Amino acid sequence: MKAKVNGLERELPDGSTVAAVLALLDAPPSGVAVALDGEVVPRTAWKTTVVPDGAAVEVLTAVQGG
Amino acid sequence: MDDPLVIAGREFGSRLVMGTGGAANLSVLERALVASGTELTTVAMRRLDASGGGVLDLLARLGIAALPNTAGCRTAAEAVLTARLAREALDTNWVKLEVIADDQTLLPDPVELLDAAEKLVDDGFVVLPYTSDDPVLALRLEQIGCAAVMPLGSPIGTGLGIRNPHNIELIVSRASVPVILDAGVGTASDAALAMELGCSAVLLATAVTRAQDPERMAAAMRAGVEAGRLAKLAGRIPKRFWAHASSPAVE
Repeated sequence: MKAKVNGLERELPDGSTVAAVLALLDAPPSGVAVALDGEVVPRTAWKTTVVPDGAAVEVLTAVQGG
Repeated sequence: MDDPLVIAGREFGSRLVMGTGGAANLSVLERALVASGTELTTVAMRRLDASGGGVLDLLARLGIAALPNTAGCRTAAEAVLTARLAREALDTNWVKLEVIADDQTLLPDPVELLDAAEKLVDDGFVVLPYTSDDPVLALRLEQIGCAAVMPLGSPIGTGLGIRNPHNIELIVSRASVPVILDAGVGTASDAALAMELGCSAVLLATAVTRAQDPERMAAAMRAGVEAGRLAKLAGRIPKRFWAHASSPAVE
């Protein structure tokens, strides 16, 4: 299956969860948040939320700004 | 802390809110933040892996609260999603709401701003909206439940100071939430003027981070904010047309 992760097309194993995508990105354990097709996925649901084929996943963190 | 800034029931000893944008590196930023005495500092939300990581660790180490912003958002929908992601990532329901109309002016889009503010207040956020210096819009933002209003002195990054002091005074005169002057500050006298006009605090970034000596300018801003606050509380003399001798007249 394919998904667009932070704007880049990625090939993912079928049934990949949000937690798996975060592992792929080597995301830190805190300070990040995930939106799946424009909806926030709460931290508590990362392990159980499966990324649908063709979905857009955005993984955000805080940076210098403002 | 005998004169704290109180926003949504939370007290801050410093009336200078710092932004983190524009610093050459984290070490310059750290020295500037320490010199500023700030207790609240904005951060932006960006895709993971973008350069500029490590700011949260720095703020945690310095004991400064992170205030996520929605910088870069153009619509209410984008801003609401960004705020919700920030709440999830940073475990705070405070947000500096920015909804920008265009890249050339970076002025707030008032229609999208009000829409986003309403939705975020309904969603339980403590909303601190960056707004134009329009007294009517500022009042509307307060009425829908924003915890502060943050009018600009002049457009972001211009350093033009407070272009319309009368509007800032009008906003202050009617607001019952803190008014935080946000954007346009160029140097310490601008920060002092904001406080003399009755603002509760000043938010700035560029004036410090892009100064030739950010650490020294941060100290200047801290002193400027404190001087302006003291002067406001002290009560200035009325302006007079003719001179008025301060020494007693000769008998």
